[in-house]
Amino acid sequence: MEAIILQVLNGLDKGSAYALIALGLTLIFGTLGVVNFAHGALFMIGAFCAVTLSRILTLSRTVVDETQTDFLGNPLEVQVPYVYDWFGQATGDAIIDWAVPLSILFAIPVMMLIGVIMERGLIKHFYNRPHADQILVTFGLAIVLQEIIKFYYGANPIPTPAPDAFRGSLDFGAMMGLDPNVVIYPYWRIIYFAFAAVIIGAVFAFLQFTTFGMVVRAGMADRETVQLLGINIDRRFTIMFGLAAAVAGLAGVMYTPINSPNYHMGMDFLVLSFVVVVVGGMGSLPGAVLAGFLLGILESFASMREVLEILPGINQIIIYLVAIIILLTRPRGLMGRKGVMED
Amino acid sequence: MSKTDLTRRGLLKTSAIAGAGVALPTIFTASSAAAFTNEPTGDTVTLGFNVPQSGPYADEGADELRAYELAVEHLNGGGDGGMMNTFSSKVLEGAGILGKKVEYVTGDTQTKADAARASAKSMIEKDGAVMITGGSSSGVAVAVQALCQEAGVIFMAGLTHSNDTTGKDRKANGFRHFFNSYMSGAALAPVLANAYGTDRKAYHLTADYNWGYTTEEAVRASTEAMGWETVAAVKTPLTQTDFSSYIAPVLQSGADTLILNHYGGNMVNSLTNAVQFGLRDKQVNGKDFQIVVPLYSRLMAKGAGANVKGIFGSTNWHWSLQDEGSKAFVKSFGTKYGFPPSQAAHTCYVQAMLYADAVQRAGSFAPCAVAEALEGFEFDGMGNGKTLYRADDHQCFKDVLVVKGKENPESEFDLLEIVEVTPVDQVTYAPDHPQMGGAEASLGECNDGA
Repeated sequence: MEAIILQVLNGLDKGSAYALIALGLTLIFGTLGVVNFAHGALFMIGAFCAVTLSRILTLSRTVVDETQTDFLGNPLEVQVPYVYDWFGQATGDAIIDWAVPLSILFAIPVMMLIGVIMERGLIKHFYNRPHADQILVTFGLAIVLQEIIKFYYGANPIPTPAPDAFRGSLDFGAMMGLDPNVVIYPYWRIIYFAFAAVIIGAVFAFLQFTTFGMVVRAGMADRETVQLLGINIDRRFTIMFGLAAAVAGLAGVMYTPINSPNYHMGMDFLVLSFVVVVVGGMGSLPGAVLAGFLLGILESFASMREVLEILPGINQIIIYLVAIIILLTRPRGLMGRKGVMED
Repeated sequence: MSKTDLTRRGLLKTSAIAGAGVALPTIFTASSAAAFTNEPTGDTVTLGFNVPQSGPYADEGADELRAYELAVEHLNGGGDGGMMNTFSSKVLEGAGILGKKVEYVTGDTQTKADAARASAKSMIEKDGAVMITGGSSSGVAVAVQALCQEAGVIFMAGLTHSNDTTGKDRKANGFRHFFNSYMSGAALAPVLANAYGTDRKAYHLTADYNWGYTTEEAVRASTEAMGWETVAAVKTPLTQTDFSSYIAPVLQSGADTLILNHYGGNMVNSLTNAVQFGLRDKQVNGKDFQIVVPLYSRLMAKGAGANVKGIFGSTNWHWSLQDEGSKAFVKSFGTKYGFPPSQAAHTCYVQAMLYADAVQRAGSFAPCAVAEALEGFEFDGMGNGKTLYRADDHQCFKDVLVVKGKENPESEFDLLEIVEVTPVDQVTYAPDHPQMGGAEASLGECNDGA
């Protein structure tokens, strides 16, 4: 029982990341008809927004401390962050400690800008090209973005911890009357799940309840008719690309305390997210979210020791196995619409 | 219009002189002509540095390359000489190797066995490298070592920790200075028993590839011999990034110690996840829960940040060592690059020096002569105390460092503290040890190539 609760919890936070990335992918595919293989790179750049802000917050002046020596025996050069000078050490430490949550504010405009530049500069030239061309160019772009990040930040993971207030874990078991220490879950992962739920809800609400969203949905259903009505759907789609980039970026920012970011973290998620999109149904936003959580939970269960003892290696193939079964029984995915990618 | 007076006698004379001229170099060098692959004939010798320049271990590869460049500088008489000044063998004089200026070419292993073999092959066939060295993975080391054996060049392994490199996959042309999984287990177990007691229940998470298996086997054998019980051992995919589903069940298993047989990005992520789950704040079986990382690297510890504090592991070398060799190397490297060297840099520098020294002592670049000079070679002054290059398996035997993540680091490099220097006797094993491939493991015949 405890093991099942634990793996459901695990699946929820893993599924949150899949769902957020798949949501952005589906938004782009649904609106622009572009298969964006650079979406994982946007997730990674989001994570590096957090790294960048934490580096900005720790920008320092150098003070030579004659009383201490460095590894070569020279007087030690101590780095004093400018935020200490401006706000005092206690407040400065608190600001640095909260770098990841603060990065949300930093990442939204940066990611939207990157999204808009990507769409206007490159992607729009591929709207009417075959999907294979779109995949090749966006995959190439992903590699370029990845190498740029590696050039500036190196290949090693960079620790970007959560604020002290959110370290440690919640004892679910004790709360539910089970043995203590058995069903525990880190605070930050609970926050990640809640954050993902809020973002997903906000995107759905935006599309469902605003005029802008209504036009976008109309454009997704029938682009030509909307254009014939004199609406500049292209501009709205550009904004949607920016929005999708921001969603991927925020997923990346909030993921940094879970795993130290590195330059290829986007690729690690990209393939799985595509499977999520396909299983959910190409172009279906609720399908992407549902499949994200479903596959996240399944992957968690497949990693249980008891399961691995019976089916060794199942943890590495479960997602693909389920994807095959779902696509064989429901070729359009769980919630796919008729006519999408079927021309 | 020109006229040529070509006579039969003149043609014969000219041909004879030209023939003698062409034959002259081979006549004088007949004893060693084309005796082995890539025999250096000019006034330079080319070494091949095969390191990960792209992929997840690129930073470690960059540090290896820095060390090699420093070694080449020292061998050619530049810089302050580094560990050449403290090395017990005194045949290197900063005049290249056997009077030939040392040059080098580099290859990118990408930490992939096939890419590493391709780059090594290219350096041997196209660039004329007489020795290949470097790397940051056991899979790569085993693959490149086999290639060098076939090609007839010496392979001086870089960072490779799997038992197999000098165990079941040992080769006559391959040599390893770095320590191995068995040594980590043998060094760690007594320290762990001392710190955490002999009544512990361990849960292993093991990277699902060659190095993970040998490390798990070695640590299990050593800790079980101390009285620990292994509750479970779970293999994790090498591509795994989020280890939560593997870590969450650990507390339920009744284990009070988690052993992470992970390296690189796997180690950074699994350790970070384990600390996030608050495992270290828990009490199980009336004891504080503990985590152990058998193989530490400073570059990786940096990725895990504060999560390494207080966690035991082992390492081949650390820049804070105070012997003369280590101090000379840290000074030399730190002055040139502005930060202390990693253990990967250290082992690569030492391997380059040991190769040069062996050639100098052998008086030849011929791989079998060099191998003979390295076999059974005892030396000191290279940062690990007295060291033996054992003839039976081409493994270096030296003291092993048991380290712990530092509680209060004074700088970004000051992440690990040395807890114990385990004497070499405690980590020495028989060449036919079961973990090393048993009695069947053999070096085979040395290959000089062409």
